[in-house]
Amino acid sequence: MQEFVAAFAEAFNLIVAGDGDLLEIVGLSLRVSLTAVGISCVIGFPLGAVIGIGDFRGRQCIIVCVNALMGLPPVVVGLVAYLILSNSGPLGWLDLLYSPTAMIIAQTILVAPIVTALSRQIVEDFHAEYAELFRSLSVPHRTAVTTLLMDAKHSLATVALAGFGRAIAEVGAVIIVGGNIDHLTRVMTTAIALETSKGNLALALALGMILIVLSLAVNATVSLLREASGQPADA
Amino acid sequence: MPDTGAMLPVQVSGLSYHAGGRTLIDQIDLEIASKGITVIMGPNGAGKSLLLRLLHGLLPPTSGSIRWDGQPASDAHRRRQAMVFQRPVLLRRSVAANIEFALDLHGNQDPARRDTVLSAVDLLDYAAQPARRLSGGEQQRLALARALATDPEVLFLDEPTANLDPAATAVIEAAVGRIRDAGTKAVFVTHDIGQARRLADDIVFMHRGRICETGYAVTFFDTPRTSEAQQFLQGELVL
Ligand SMILES: Nc1ncnc2c1ncn2[C@@H]1O[C@H](COP(=O)(O)OP(=O)(O)OP(=O)(O)O)[C@@H](O)[C@H]1O
Ligand SMILES: [Mg+2]
Repeated sequence: MQEFVAAFAEAFNLIVAGDGDLLEIVGLSLRVSLTAVGISCVIGFPLGAVIGIGDFRGRQCIIVCVNALMGLPPVVVGLVAYLILSNSGPLGWLDLLYSPTAMIIAQTILVAPIVTALSRQIVEDFHAEYAELFRSLSVPHRTAVTTLLMDAKHSLATVALAGFGRAIAEVGAVIIVGGNIDHLTRVMTTAIALETSKGNLALALALGMILIVLSLAVNATVSLLREASGQPADA
Repeated sequence: MPDTGAMLPVQVSGLSYHAGGRTLIDQIDLEIASKGITVIMGPNGAGKSLLLRLLHGLLPPTSGSIRWDGQPASDAHRRRQAMVFQRPVLLRRSVAANIEFALDLHGNQDPARRDTVLSAVDLLDYAAQPARRLSGGEQQRLALARALATDPEVLFLDEPTANLDPAATAVIEAAVGRIRDAGTKAVFVTHDIGQARRLADDIVFMHRGRICETGYAVTFFDTPRTSEAQQFLQGELVL
């Protein structure tokens, strides 16, 4: 018990003192996950919108697939990304394995389907409301997509946050393609796993606390956005 | 507004619409006059909204044809029309941006046009407000202003004043009256007999997916020919 208290105190000190290693790890986590979420949104928002308002063959099939991809276990994503990036894989020549870029790629594979699937649903709901107006005004397809994305921006922001929550908290994908190399690919979750197993509870706890605060912040922002977008005055 | 010849009158022949195993519009033949306000009346479920959607090209008919000045209805025709829906559909943007959306689609860059149509419905002071924060009556006026923005040759209105108080109704009726005087054709669906008397130049009376009676408004109100129309005008329940 005493050990725990001491570890907590030490963890707290690390955070307050702004320990260099700690900051480096947190910084890399944020950089990797935010970049992955950014790329996922750039891909997933328009793709979700196109599927959401589309009227083409195989649409239902695509929706089922994307929804299924949403639940991919991070370790499986890590494995797939590893196979793609490893020396004998199709992108092996890029020599990206065990780099932050590899982690970004893996997390993008993890998060992009989530962003796509959730934004597809949102855009489809908005379109149900706007469809007749669009037809009445002869709105071209491209304008319809951008208009829906613009008008759904609050809801889409919560989608981005959900993706970020998933990325920042996962360990399976980044540990496989990143390798948890000190000062290079060590992020919060992989560091927690390693430091705990090494018995270095203070650093693990400090990182754990930061992770919890981050996820609380994300959730608080989501509910604030929900509130804002739930109002009829959403403008 | 590119004017590629007259669009009216519109001729409807053998128009039917089936859905869910029911015949909702049943072999309608109709010619709508080129000028003035045509009011479509009839009890709930008569098919008034469906007929309006079919005329505006929002729905493809099951059979029959709609011809604008002899030409089969096309997307090009719809671009010269506008519609105000029973429940206004407004973008989640400012009042002004809702108008600009329609203007941009028609390639209209004239900045004064937006304010002109907003003043026409008394909403100029609300230009910067979020559209969804307006009251029901104000929202419907905005929907009308957006429809007017593109300077349509034909304006369809589906019970635009159904849930509005007399003051808001008066603003809409006045605006519709003005555009009629400016030469725009209006096709107006309403339940309200008083409103039909105030606005209509001619009347289309529908019942159960069919047209019962058409004619000049004066004639229709003085001497309705069918028993359905007589009952409707006397305020009896038409079943
Ligand atoms: N897509 C659809 N599928 C099945 N039935 C429909 C569809 N659209 C409309 N209907 C039915 O067609 C009938 C006519 O509908 P419509 O909305 O045109 O009536 P209306 O005359 O406008 O009535 P109201 O005065 O209540 O607005 C109704 O019985 C309605 O339930
Ligand atoms: Mg109706």
